[in-house]
Amino acid sequence: MNFFEPLQFEFMRHALLTGSVVAALCAVLSCFVVLKGWSLMGDAISHAVLPGIVLAYLAGWPLAVGAFLSGLLCSAATGYIKQNSRIKEDTVLGVVFTGLFAFGLVLHSRTESELHLDHILFGHLLGITDSVARQVYGVGTFVVGLVLVLRRDLLLVCFDPSHARVLALPVKFLTYLLLALLVLAIVVSLQAVGIILVIAMLITPGCTAYLWTDRFDQMMVISVATAVASTALGILASFHLDGDSASCIVLAQSLAFAASFLFAPKHGWLASKRRAARNSAFPSAVS
Amino acid sequence: MSDSPDPPAPLLHLEVQQVSVVYSNGHHALRDATFALSGGTICALVGVNGSGKSTLFKSIMGFLRPSAGQVRINGQPVAAALKQHLVAYVPQAEEVDWQFPVSVWDVVMMGRYGAMNFLRIPRAADKAAVEDSLRRVSMWDFRDRQIGELSGGQKKRVFLARALAQGGRIILLDEPFTGVDVKTEEAIIDLLRELRTAGCIMLVSTHNLGSVPEFCDQVVLLNRTVLASGPTADVFTEQNLTTAFGGVLRQFHFEHSTIQEHDGRTVRLLTDDERPLVFGKDGHLEYKDREGREDLVRQREEQGG
Repeated sequence: MNFFEPLQFEFMRHALLTGSVVAALCAVLSCFVVLKGWSLMGDAISHAVLPGIVLAYLAGWPLAVGAFLSGLLCSAATGYIKQNSRIKEDTVLGVVFTGLFAFGLVLHSRTESELHLDHILFGHLLGITDSVARQVYGVGTFVVGLVLVLRRDLLLVCFDPSHARVLALPVKFLTYLLLALLVLAIVVSLQAVGIILVIAMLITPGCTAYLWTDRFDQMMVISVATAVASTALGILASFHLDGDSASCIVLAQSLAFAASFLFAPKHGWLASKRRAARNSAFPSAVS
Repeated sequence: MSDSPDPPAPLLHLEVQQVSVVYSNGHHALRDATFALSGGTICALVGVNGSGKSTLFKSIMGFLRPSAGQVRINGQPVAAALKQHLVAYVPQAEEVDWQFPVSVWDVVMMGRYGAMNFLRIPRAADKAAVEDSLRRVSMWDFRDRQIGELSGGQKKRVFLARALAQGGRIILLDEPFTGVDVKTEEAIIDLLRELRTAGCIMLVSTHNLGSVPEFCDQVVLLNRTVLASGPTADVFTEQNLTTAFGGVLRQFHFEHSTIQEHDGRTVRLLTDDERPLVFGKDGHLEYKDREGREDLVRQREEQGG
């Protein structure tokens, strides 16, 4: 069978399109997540949305709204506890998000519902409904557009918040905006790839791109390109392997990262070994 | 070196009035700090670690709200001065993520963000300001380098160029000479002098006491409060420094036993801001009571070959 043959099925084409949008959305944000050192934050938020989803279901609200509020609660609670105790931020985050996640699991087990826990945890890309797909396109366009417009300010806030404040930029607002966009991206993405794997989409492409370039704009382009290519590859592979699509996508992204780690031109493992060898051969050539 | 493109600005005033800062954990970082500076000055901010130097910086930059007192710039609150982009900040090297994917050009262009529209698309004037600033610190040829690929002195100069590009009139420099070679230190000092002539206020936090009298015309001595402030000659005295540093300051006494005839009565002092290494003509002066032991030094030299 031809590798691309699955594309004759409409649900595969849908999955490919939705998956690519999710991948691009997460990839754009992943550049900021990596540079700001927010990977644990992303992990935390993606878990912390669970109770919000269950409660929104019970209240008859759109699931995304509940997830959004619950994700924000996680980061707000973390900030508050850190400010008012001696505990370090990453530790607080670990306590808060696992607590919220566990609360969500208990709520879910006590709820008679059509919510499939494994769909929430691992995503359901191949069975995505049109309304969810529309949500993904809408939010994706909005978030990516906003990030592209504000990318220089967001980058400055990540790089040198003191300078941003001295210039009277709204640093707090921009930081919370980035956080809110992150929550929004997690919420729409997890319906496609699930809570557990959305964090990979939010870290790996940015990491991969960071190994390839020293320029931020290029980093965004490379990040989106590897993420979308990995998604296409992963979805097609999942069809042939009869494997879970989200897992295949993340696996493809991880392989892209591994290859970059080894072979990236300047910051890759091989390149730095070669550089070290050259420097020891010509020790006088101090770089 | 080109002249500052700014039109002659009205005389600048920075007033710190009875500022006290208490952190949320109850730590009283600064108590009743008062001093005032006017345009055209390089002022050293001197004190031990924990004396409130960075707290004072943060108050002037508006990051902290004093629990009492106020900082006023040209008679206005700090927030108003920040909106006019009057205050520029040159961070310590440790505060910067040098692996960040930005070039020298990108960093200096960040100085122009305040002057740009919200899309931050540089106009010709912004590009010209960045080029001019980079040339003034002799970093134009490095504009496409990633910032991590620079030496300590070059890194410092990039952030100075950013302050120039911003056109800041009150420039706060946090330890500008750590990790910097002597040549760069001199270049930085030259630049600060030019800015002083242009009427700027520079507040330099430094541990490099030896260079303070060389380029600072005013000094603020800090230890949880302002111990003394004013012209260097009046404030930077042995007595005041001893008060400011207590027993912390390293002392090296040159007495008649240290400087011997066989050294030709000259010494060279090498310091890395820690204990200085002191050389006489006949080797280093590490131990006391060298008098009458001139042979020892010579013997060692012969043994050493």
